[in-house]
Amino acid sequence: MGIRVINDKCIGCRLCVPACPFGAIEIRDKKAVINEGICNLCGACVDACKFDAIEIERKAVLAPLNLKDYKGVWVFAEQHEGALQSVGLELLGEGAKLAKDLAVELSAVLLGAPSIEKKAEELIHFGADKVYLITDKSLSRYSTAPYSRMITSLIRKYKPEIVIIGATTTGRDLASRIAARIKTGLTADCTGLAIDPEKKVLRQTRPAFGGNIMATILCENRRPQMATVRPKVMKKSQRDETRKGKVIKEPFSPSAEDLLVKITDVIKDTTVKVNLAEAEIIVSGGRGLGDPKNFKLIEDLAEALGGAVGASRATVDAGWISSHHQVGQTGKTVCPKLYVACGISGAIQHLAGMSSSDTIVAINKDPDAPIFKVATYGIVGDLFEVVPALTNKIKELRG
Amino acid sequence: MNIIVCIKQVPATTEVRINPETNTLIREGVPSIINPFDENAIEEALRLRDIHGGKVTVITMGPPQATEALRASLAMGADDAILISDRAFAGSDTLATSYSLSRAIKKIGSFNLIICGKQAIDGDTAQVGPGIAEWLSLPQVTFVVKTRIENGKIFAERLLEDENEVVEAPLPALITVVKQINEPRYPSLKGQMKAKKAVITTLSAKDIEAEEDKVGLKGSPTWVVKIFTPPPKGGGEILSGSVDEMTASLAQKLRARGIC
Repeated sequence: MGIRVINDKCIGCRLCVPACPFGAIEIRDKKAVINEGICNLCGACVDACKFDAIEIERKAVLAPLNLKDYKGVWVFAEQHEGALQSVGLELLGEGAKLAKDLAVELSAVLLGAPSIEKKAEELIHFGADKVYLITDKSLSRYSTAPYSRMITSLIRKYKPEIVIIGATTTGRDLASRIAARIKTGLTADCTGLAIDPEKKVLRQTRPAFGGNIMATILCENRRPQMATVRPKVMKKSQRDETRKGKVIKEPFSPSAEDLLVKITDVIKDTTVKVNLAEAEIIVSGGRGLGDPKNFKLIEDLAEALGGAVGASRATVDAGWISSHHQVGQTGKTVCPKLYVACGISGAIQHLAGMSSSDTIVAINKDPDAPIFKVATYGIVGDLFEVVPALTNKIKELRG
Repeated sequence: MNIIVCIKQVPATTEVRINPETNTLIREGVPSIINPFDENAIEEALRLRDIHGGKVTVITMGPPQATEALRASLAMGADDAILISDRAFAGSDTLATSYSLSRAIKKIGSFNLIICGKQAIDGDTAQVGPGIAEWLSLPQVTFVVKTRIENGKIFAERLLEDENEVVEAPLPALITVVKQINEPRYPSLKGQMKAKKAVITTLSAKDIEAEEDKVGLKGSPTWVVKIFTPPPKGGGEILSGSVDEMTASLAQKLRARGIC
């Protein structure tokens, strides 16, 4: 067992009891006692204890690696149909800060069809010192096997200390596979990254329990330290066309394993005009719309604001709108500059998917709806009056 | 068609509340449930078994009380359930968890398909499914919203950001499924009776021949150093006045924030 209470230091103050997410601690005879059958060794109590009275032993964690061999920060530059995805550029903005704190280079990794080569310069303009480029006709669309295989071999060859990847469907599929192959740590869906000033390791902060708590996670003994990062949380650097960098072309070597999973078709959803994950502004509709045809009100406001159309799970389940619009734990987690919730009560699953948005506007006729608790601005009123009026006001303002 | 479904018992996060005074999670009275996405995984396995025959085996790694989740799976109609439980697994991150599950799957033996939910609602990582696929060197298809099996292949539709992608993969393979794939069935009375009486096999770290340095704390490259509650949003402003006044004021405020 790796956890123990140091009885000499424990004063029975009870701070650790509520801190335990598993309810595994009780105080007996003024000392904390940990129920080992329930304890998950998550470390919450260690953090909560003001007296350093609880410790988790972490000796001999995995095989030793020569950590000093690993240098540099890498960002996976996700592309879709030849277009660089915004999340990759955001990660370059964040990666530049991390690289600066470590005094190392920032590199981007770009895979795609041969025509993607012209986008490598763009990554340099957004902050990359180097771009590792692998092109082949078969790489035009993301597929797990070739992408994970090629990036794993790049990591083994060049040994970066940090690799960050967008927490998109592609990024999550890819990062999990790479991390398991290299046997390194991977932290999912981070909303905060920082370099620990003393240890020089990556502090990775992410929401858990549906956003009810935040956890900061380290990967001290393995390299690279890998994280997927939620789109729209990090800020892009200013584009600078004068920036210079190096493009390093790596050869693509086909493998039989790449061909096991074949992509046979792509079904476009013509109702999606702006991709939710890429959107700066999202206007979402909920059950309060009453009827699928009323999504027109949401679409009009989204169009006036230049944003995407989102939806609550209830409306998707009812078949009012396609799944690609769904925001929340079951759908997409979004973090736009502006999120407008119309006729959405704000079930915890919905809040988990949007509560980290910069500015939240809630429009709902029920003043007690939980959505108002996370709203920056709330309007208690009939959405059928408020939404069209707001659309007009925005149009007037924008001329 | 032998299908293995990996599930997780999770607290019903919808019922998790924060104590405003101590700013910590209130776990008392929060029921444990099968991770909702895993219920879809079970349903899909049962559906495929009902078409192609074979057996559905549900496995989970967790403390002894996770047998409740396994019994619930049996009540839905799964044929077999296995608990992987050992103190040695405590402190496992997604790498160690996927290793342990992959060892257990090897122990179970032959299978055609592994199904997992897309992610668990307590950790939300979506990393264990692909991790298992990697440890077992299987092709993976994630975020699946539709499946069909024909001629030893799985044809699956993936739910992506703004489109769906149709892929075919040879079996054996691992897929992870999204909520939209199906509507999980309710347990039948007969299923519940059977589940009540079922003997659930428990496998220890030794039983699955796990290497000691690949499980639990030792096998986990990541660990949590700090847990805190996010600062409450607060400071929200409820606008007042007529619809015209409220919307005009809101448009101005959004403009002031540089949004429109």
